[in-house]
Amino acid sequence: MQKFLLQGLLRSALTERAPTPDTASMAELGYTLGRTARQKLGRSLSIREVDAGSCNGCELEIHALNNAYYDLERFGLRFVASPRHADVLLVTGPVTKNMREALERTYAATPDPKWVIAVGDCAFDGGVFCNSYACVGAVAKVVPVDLHIRGCPPDPTTLLKGLIAFVENME
Amino acid sequence: MNFASKQTAARPSQPTCLPWPRELVDEGGWLALAASLAKGERELLSLWGESSSVHMAMLEPREPRLRIVTLECPEGAFPSVGGVHPPASRLERAIHDLYGLRPEGASDARRWLDHGRWGLRHPCSAPEKIESTCDPYAFLPTEGEPLHQIPVGPVHAGIIEPGHFRFSANGETVVRLEERLGFVHKGIDQLMCGASIERAARIAARVSGDSTVAYSLAFAQAVEAAFDVDVPPRAIYLRALMAELERLANHFGDIGAICNDAAFALMQAQCNLVRERILREAASAFGHRLMMDRITPGGTTVDLKQENAAALLAMVEWIELMTPRLIALFGDTTSLQDRTVGTGFVSEALARQYACGGYVGRASGRTFDARKAIGYAPYPRLTFEVGASKEGDVDARVWVRFDEVKASLQIVRQILDDAPEGPIIAAWAPPDDWTREGAALVEGFRGDIFVWLRIRADGVVQRCHLRDPSWFQWPLLEAAIKDNIVADFPLCNKSFNCSYSGHDL
Repeated sequence: MQKFLLQGLLRSALTERAPTPDTASMAELGYTLGRTARQKLGRSLSIREVDAGSCNGCELEIHALNNAYYDLERFGLRFVASPRHADVLLVTGPVTKNMREALERTYAATPDPKWVIAVGDCAFDGGVFCNSYACVGAVAKVVPVDLHIRGCPPDPTTLLKGLIAFVENME
Repeated sequence: MNFASKQTAARPSQPTCLPWPRELVDEGGWLALAASLAKGERELLSLWGESSSVHMAMLEPREPRLRIVTLECPEGAFPSVGGVHPPASRLERAIHDLYGLRPEGASDARRWLDHGRWGLRHPCSAPEKIESTCDPYAFLPTEGEPLHQIPVGPVHAGIIEPGHFRFSANGETVVRLEERLGFVHKGIDQLMCGASIERAARIAARVSGDSTVAYSLAFAQAVEAAFDVDVPPRAIYLRALMAELERLANHFGDIGAICNDAAFALMQAQCNLVRERILREAASAFGHRLMMDRITPGGTTVDLKQENAAALLAMVEWIELMTPRLIALFGDTTSLQDRTVGTGFVSEALARQYACGGYVGRASGRTFDARKAIGYAPYPRLTFEVGASKEGDVDARVWVRFDEVKASLQIVRQILDDAPEGPIIAAWAPPDDWTREGAALVEGFRGDIFVWLRIRADGVVQRCHLRDPSWFQWPLLEAAIKDNIVADFPLCNKSFNCSYSGHDL
């Protein structure tokens, strides 16, 4: 174990430079983030991830945001275990009917002010699962969405670009 | 391809499944097979329905290893297999939910995937409209003065998929865990019906994102079997390369996550470096980090360039250097061993009864691996050792993953050395003659994935059944956690890492 720790101390950080925020996301966000909310929360945001029926591909890439290369926490963003601690819900999947109520209740349990970011093509419009008897489709049909990050799944850089655009808009 | 010879052959009266024929049995034959499953003479591979028939796939002790049988049930009922052989129970409940066929003599009549929220009953055959509400669900009772219940989910604390766990605990000790799944049911069976082969392939690739390569491969192999398509040798090697990269990435992710659930974050930080590098090499070689939609019926959609092959080889050398260090870090950290050794035990008898595949089965003495047992190309030409243990605990499931990492590294090296040059996709199209059926069994990182499909003459999918290995692993998690403390559940759960999406379909 000592070897790993020593190596960690001696070598330079693996974390990569932050990508520039996504311009499309900036445009989408322009209207949604109120000034008072920004003043209250600053740059520090807590994120609660909600899988509303994804194939788990999006979760894999969201997970990757925590690895040493992307290190999401340096932007003041961190994942929390409960919607009661969250400012932002990161929602994936084509919202299955079996998950609809759970998503609504998670949203209701999140204190104001709160935002929703829909991640992945399924969360945007149902993706390959649209028109199924078992899916509602877009996340926006169930809870109000402030930002979409597209992709199947979006890679960690795309996720970072969207999320950075989000915090930049909060300042 | 030999469509010409197929065309001259007599048109089969009943679609026959390739490469394993499907036989019709009567009720007596069905019950005899159910009884032999219960006795352990053969193993259950899958059970699935259609509007008025049920099908069952089994692993036989000798060649041919796979047997598929069909029972017609025009009255809408069939003799339950789950009544005598519990591993079939949840599959039968799913058949009843989706197709309305009643398993007679079943031990558990509760709905499984249907939570009463679809606005329909039996959506895949003769759907009836209902008011969309939420069905009550009767969890199995636990009795006794000090017992209390802990409901968890469907929204969990981590970044994981949704499902509900109902713990009955006596103090800290779990007396019973009951799972309730189906939250991510997306209606894949029905979306597949009437889909073109291209669309069906895209859906198959999204059954369980972490196994997208394995699912695409299984789907492609079943289509190729049905239409007798010869896949070019280079494509066969490239597919195996992608499958092994997926296996490596997932195993490193799992090993790190298991240790993290034992509060040993250093291991996860290190393992995720390896995982990230694999995904980046995959993106640079195949154009997608998870290699989604890169395998297609007939071959692959991208070729491997020389410089990417060299980069992959350099990556393999680096992982070969890292692996012994990670093994030492895992094995020498006694506080970590204290958490993993003896935790979440699964007996060999249970693993065999449930024909449990992947690292869960292999850590409990069931060594089945479709790459060896079915021996699809190119694996018979490659040398590798699959991991095995009889310890059956969380620790064994980590060690088996390390063994599989070593095997995959061996395989990737051989593929990079031996992959022949040539085309990467066969030119083929459905010949528009008659309805075809195909099946495949492919080893994903989690275990064996079974696919059976029927495609009409015009190239439209009539029915496609995809069986995730999790179907036979989820029930064993209930057994593994018994008598462990509640706080060890995340550790046990991660050591299984079952797919919710793959199971719920």
